[in-house]
Amino acid sequence: MKKQKINITIDGIKLAVDEQCSILDAAKKVNIHIPTLCHHEDLCVAGNCRICVVEVEGQRALSASCATPVAEGMVIKTNTAKVRKARKDVAALLVAEHNTQCTTCYRSMNCELQEIAAEYNVDNNTYISLVDPNYTIDRSSWSIEKDDSKCIRCQRCVRTCAELQHVNALTVANKGKEMKISTFLDLPLNEVVCTNCGQCINRCPTGALTERRFYDDLWDAIDDPKKHVVMNTAPSVRVALGEMLGFPVGTRVTGKMVTAMKKIGMDSVLDTDFAADLTIIEEGTELLGRLKKILVEGNKEIKLPMLTSCSPGWIKFIEHMYPNHLGHLSTCKSPQQMFGALAKTYYAEKMGIDPADVVSVAIMPCAAKKFEANRPEMNSSGYQDVDAGLTTRELGYMIRQAGVDFLHLEDSDYDSLMGESTGAGAIFGATGGVMEAALRTVYEVVTGREVPFDNLRIMPVRGTDGIKEASIKLENLLDEWKFLEGVEVKVAVAHGLKNARIIMDQVEAGTSPYHFIEVMACPGGCIGGGGQPIPTNEEIRKKRIEAIYAEDEGMPKRKSHENTEVQKLYKEWLGDVNGHKAHELLHTHYTKRNRY
Amino acid sequence: MAPSNGLKRVDVIFGAYASTKYLILQKSIRREKQEIIQDIIDSGLRGRGGAGFPTGLKWKFAAAQPGNEKYVICNADEGEPGTFKDREILMKVPQKMISGMAICAYVIGATKAFIYLRGEYQFMVPDLQKELDNFHEQAREMNFDLTIELRMGSGAYVCGEETALIESMEGKRGEPRNKPPFPVVEGFHGKPTVVNNVETFVNANMICRIGVEEFIKLGTQDSRGSKLFSISGDTPKAGVHELELGMKLSDFVAEFGDDDTKAVQVGGAAGFCVPRKKFDTTIIGFEGMPTGGSMMLFNSSRSMYHVLHNYLEFFEEESCGQCTPCRVGCQQLLLGIEAIKKQERPASYLNQLLKLSETMKIASKCGLGQSVANSFSSIVENYVEEMIY
Repeated sequence: MKKQKINITIDGIKLAVDEQCSILDAAKKVNIHIPTLCHHEDLCVAGNCRICVVEVEGQRALSASCATPVAEGMVIKTNTAKVRKARKDVAALLVAEHNTQCTTCYRSMNCELQEIAAEYNVDNNTYISLVDPNYTIDRSSWSIEKDDSKCIRCQRCVRTCAELQHVNALTVANKGKEMKISTFLDLPLNEVVCTNCGQCINRCPTGALTERRFYDDLWDAIDDPKKHVVMNTAPSVRVALGEMLGFPVGTRVTGKMVTAMKKIGMDSVLDTDFAADLTIIEEGTELLGRLKKILVEGNKEIKLPMLTSCSPGWIKFIEHMYPNHLGHLSTCKSPQQMFGALAKTYYAEKMGIDPADVVSVAIMPCAAKKFEANRPEMNSSGYQDVDAGLTTRELGYMIRQAGVDFLHLEDSDYDSLMGESTGAGAIFGATGGVMEAALRTVYEVVTGREVPFDNLRIMPVRGTDGIKEASIKLENLLDEWKFLEGVEVKVAVAHGLKNARIIMDQVEAGTSPYHFIEVMACPGGCIGGGGQPIPTNEEIRKKRIEAIYAEDEGMPKRKSHENTEVQKLYKEWLGDVNGHKAHELLHTHYTKRNRY
Repeated sequence: MAPSNGLKRVDVIFGAYASTKYLILQKSIRREKQEIIQDIIDSGLRGRGGAGFPTGLKWKFAAAQPGNEKYVICNADEGEPGTFKDREILMKVPQKMISGMAICAYVIGATKAFIYLRGEYQFMVPDLQKELDNFHEQAREMNFDLTIELRMGSGAYVCGEETALIESMEGKRGEPRNKPPFPVVEGFHGKPTVVNNVETFVNANMICRIGVEEFIKLGTQDSRGSKLFSISGDTPKAGVHELELGMKLSDFVAEFGDDDTKAVQVGGAAGFCVPRKKFDTTIIGFEGMPTGGSMMLFNSSRSMYHVLHNYLEFFEEESCGQCTPCRVGCQQLLLGIEAIKKQERPASYLNQLLKLSETMKIASKCGLGQSVANSFSSIVENYVEEMIY
């Protein structure tokens, strides 16, 4: 059936659009910009901020363009005195409700309210400030800071937490002047079901939700001559950092980022991708071990499907929501935590530095990594393995603060030890990347051949579909792996906790058909993480993903097991893969948590 | 201006009725559905909750929607300050309301209906349930398939707004939805739903009983029928009175005033304040000043500042809080008049607040938000001195 087109007129321009198209989207088609605040492309329509109002001929009241579908013959005006006055008034009301300490706000110059208030020339004193002078900021969480004095009640965070993540840690409480964004029983963020994913931060139009910042502490460490600061950067940081420093979305700035960090004064700039390669070796071996125990030894205790454990938001999600299924999780630590454990043991030993003086800092696309770094069990080096997890945004601010001219910076290479990486490590940053990296290695280990995909591109696990599936038949195996002969390995990839829930409901029901599942808490994987530059949307995430795969194809080595530094680590220091020392340093356990 | 109808008392809503047998319903379900809809349209009946949407059209739209799953909801969340007429109906003649609901269900093709009862009316539940049991028995005998269920509100004013009411019934926060889609298209659980006020259903039932011709003898061209008025304030005759629509406010005040009436608040806290000088030119009805029935009289001993202050205190708590103009606007209006009174802001700040009230009227999400500024602008415009000094 042919879709019916609706004829409308916007600001004198006639056009035909699809049924159910909103006035806002119709206006976009003819390049008319309408300001928005509660609207976000990733989320359902709310229509509650009212900044996007327009005039529809024949109607007394204005219409919220984001929430009003077009109708045949509709005549819309977006730039009339009535519209401008109402928008200015709405902006002034929000300003009255908002803590306008813009000078000291972390989101200054990246704040949607600030931009609109300036555009509409809003006077801060039009209305009486509603900000409680005794307001407090919730800093209970390691990851997320919640400052209600800056909240404009757009409910984007609530919709993010409910729709994208199925977590519902944030919710609307009370009504009228008491209406606010709250948690279960108004408990602090560290005591509720929050997974620390930080997706709410990425969608907050103001500075009401931000990550806990630790870069001042990092400066202190850099300034302390006794301390040896080891920095490692996650795969997805290099394809997003540029957005904060003048480059277009999707620009790869790996070399410049390394140079900038050296200029800032890090003692050693290393690559989390190294630890990602290491994760593949440990996790791939763990998977093969589980398969062997089930197929050969008939061990009924072993759980399949095995679930990846790189994403700390996902880990906290499963701990809260599916506490009886933690046995499915790989015991491998995330790359950040593997790196940290090695930084204060292997690295310190090889470099001849007292581990007490090593400050290990991870630059992550993530808010949850801060919580992860501070998990009590993460001290297998004898110290806190990772001293701080900083976001891409925090690094961006440090580079600006240091006065580094990022745009014109020369490239440089990561330092060594633990600076080498492969393309397989790089793709960890995109949804499906861990799976692809694991398959590249595992398939080759058991068959002695490369995965049967053109140029190692395992396309079925790529892309932005919420849940992706693939299967790969194991045939003509090496002798050692003959027990797997003919097995069709089924895998799935999920990103966004909404999709993780679908996967886990299958696991809980015992109907999951998979052997191995990759789960990332954030939409798009780490490139869409809660610590990445703001704004985010599907288009931005796709560009970052493209950059990640380009990074992979530009690498001389693209399989984790070919990483020579990783090989050297096992040979000279760690011993067997999945061996005793590896278990001590690179594996972990999980905690059952409450449902609220 | 339309000619006044004078003040005419009527007694049809509480009037004699063949009580427990649901004879009107029995008669109606043998009629053509379209014929009943046409009767309701021809009667000119408009919603009695305050907004005044033509009832017949609402039923027609819902009836025209495809699908078998439709709902009828009786809005008995009577929460407008100064309104207490539905309470009388619910206590005295619930059969008339239930019969009206059943006729509506028959006409639109619903087999499930609800009465959304104001939380404070919990005490009525036993009697209402008894009447519903009787209805269900009668309906079974008529071979008429309809179940009516009681649902309790929890005290939020905004849940009187039909889409917030539906959200509340679905177990969610009571917040108005974006419209369109309207409930007649996507209502309770996304299905076509008619939401009408208690009194509207009584009137619909009455039209089926006495016929269109008799019904339109009451009221005026634009305001057909009679109306229950909840009369309160400085009046010796406080209570519920049934009057024909279309009277002059001066006739009303002559009957119900205390010879010193300074202002009448028509339509509750969300309605309009009419000062003495406009009594003679104000018609109570859809051609003039519509009302859900609340009439509050104030005599010269009253401070209109205090009256307004009281309304605004109510609204800043009862706004659902989701949309900016209503949530922040209500607080600003209240803080604004206080600041002027305390001389923290100049008297000219009233102009800014009047502009704000205009924004609230055109930019708020729902009828509540759009109407809360009515009392503000009508009181401030007529009693500027009382606001400042």
